[in-house]
Amino acid sequence: MQAGIVSYGAYVPRYRITPTEIGRVWGADGEGMGQGLNVHRKSVPAPDEDTITISTEALRTALIRGAIDPQTIGAVYVGSESHPYAVKPTATVVAQAVGATPNLTAADFEFACKAGTAAIQTCLGLVGAEMIRYGVAIGTDTSQGAPGDALEYSASAGGAAFVVGREHVICRVHRTLSYTTDTPDFWRREGQKYPSHSGRFTGEPAYFRHVTECAHKIMEASGTTPKEYRHVVFHQPNGKFPQRVGKQLGFTDEQMRYGLVTPYIGNTYSGAALIGLANVLDHAGPNERILVVGYGSGAGSDAFDLETTDALAQFDRSHGRPVQSYLDQGVEIPYAVYAKFRGKIHMGGS
Amino acid sequence: MSVARFWRETPRRYNLGGSKCSVCGTIYFPPRAVCPQCTHHRQSIEKMLPFQLSGEGEVLSYTIVHEAAEGFEMQVPYALALVKTVEGPVLTGQVVDIDPATLRIGQRVHATFRKLREEGKAGVIHYGYKFAPVEDADPRPPPRTPAATAPATDGAPGDRAAA
Repeated sequence: MQAGIVSYGAYVPRYRITPTEIGRVWGADGEGMGQGLNVHRKSVPAPDEDTITISTEALRTALIRGAIDPQTIGAVYVGSESHPYAVKPTATVVAQAVGATPNLTAADFEFACKAGTAAIQTCLGLVGAEMIRYGVAIGTDTSQGAPGDALEYSASAGGAAFVVGREHVICRVHRTLSYTTDTPDFWRREGQKYPSHSGRFTGEPAYFRHVTECAHKIMEASGTTPKEYRHVVFHQPNGKFPQRVGKQLGFTDEQMRYGLVTPYIGNTYSGAALIGLANVLDHAGPNERILVVGYGSGAGSDAFDLETTDALAQFDRSHGRPVQSYLDQGVEIPYAVYAKFRGKIHMGGS
Repeated sequence: MSVARFWRETPRRYNLGGSKCSVCGTIYFPPRAVCPQCTHHRQSIEKMLPFQLSGEGEVLSYTIVHEAAEGFEMQVPYALALVKTVEGPVLTGQVVDIDPATLRIGQRVHATFRKLREEGKAGVIHYGYKFAPVEDADPRPPPRTPAATAPATDGAPGDRAAA
């Protein structure tokens, strides 16, 4: 039987901050910045939340929804660019925290914002080859932009977990392919707290080229056109890029409706496209075709040609919060509290 | 706390791994190797089974901390509560994702996985359970893993047990 998605879960921290509030501190037009980026507010993790805790919450939801025994999981891969440790895998803690250890393989993935989609591809290979029964792919980040930098208006926190298997598949994977080049649009050197980027260079030669090429190639390989897809999800570093690339490719606002979540929670980096896909699956019915095109700086895109199955109708979504609740709810905090939560205040000592 | 000591406690801190006496049915958290409820303790030897708490419960009592313990300075004021779990044992834990001023006795909560403390900037990070409110508008049950994973071991002095 073909490998596909058998369950999923998402988690977004409770706190929010608006671009207007960030701009107020830096003497910038935060409201205008928010409108330009199409980001109304972004999520902020509490001081006791990080990529490990967010990943664990998302995966626990996925396992309960799918009624999956953690001991049947053969692989846990966590994609992120904000792993709490430089050396000590996030995936080991997550696997232990859901009761999946010790008979599995686990590793951390890193490819800017597409580490989570790369993890899904790896799981599809292992499950498809029948080396494991279930594989877990998680995309989570708690990334930060330097204070006052354009990234600060969008960089947020959240994640989603997908369980890949062959039994009770709720979303079939018709095809996946990638498009990768050496493009230095965004990076963070070892030991640096904040990333660097090439400003406008992150647009055309980076995000738009890779997403467009990858989308064209997967539709060409599958013999499809945008009209065949009920939903489309793009990587969403802000709310503007995915809308523009969607229109360039010939998708409508209605097709992008559920897959676009960044305007309400900010850019969750490795979590962005995956939370968008989780929101699509929250709303989708059986036999709906979905195109997902992720993007990671550096640079590359992973595309997935998906289709929900009849099993989705019986899938128990009552466990865990729907993504929509994370988009609608949240507690707004002022910049000073945000700075405290994110460790931007020097407290003295070493 | 040493790395080794915390590591030994990960089954209970990560997954609320307790134990259940297969003789009288009493559930313990942290887990115990023998059952003090049984008239003759020896009856329960080798009959204590791993048992994982669901993480569901309600606030039995609480206090609001303004003078933070080391490592919690960024979170003051925060609530520390005694949580009566649905299985019986009473756990002490921080209640997060709530304005402490709105916390009430009887508040339904569920276990959540959070960072407990860091051993400085270069040391190990400790994770474990805290509690978050179950809101009326929130349809979710506690996000708990279904498998029992904890071995039955002796509880530390001061462990709280309940039937």
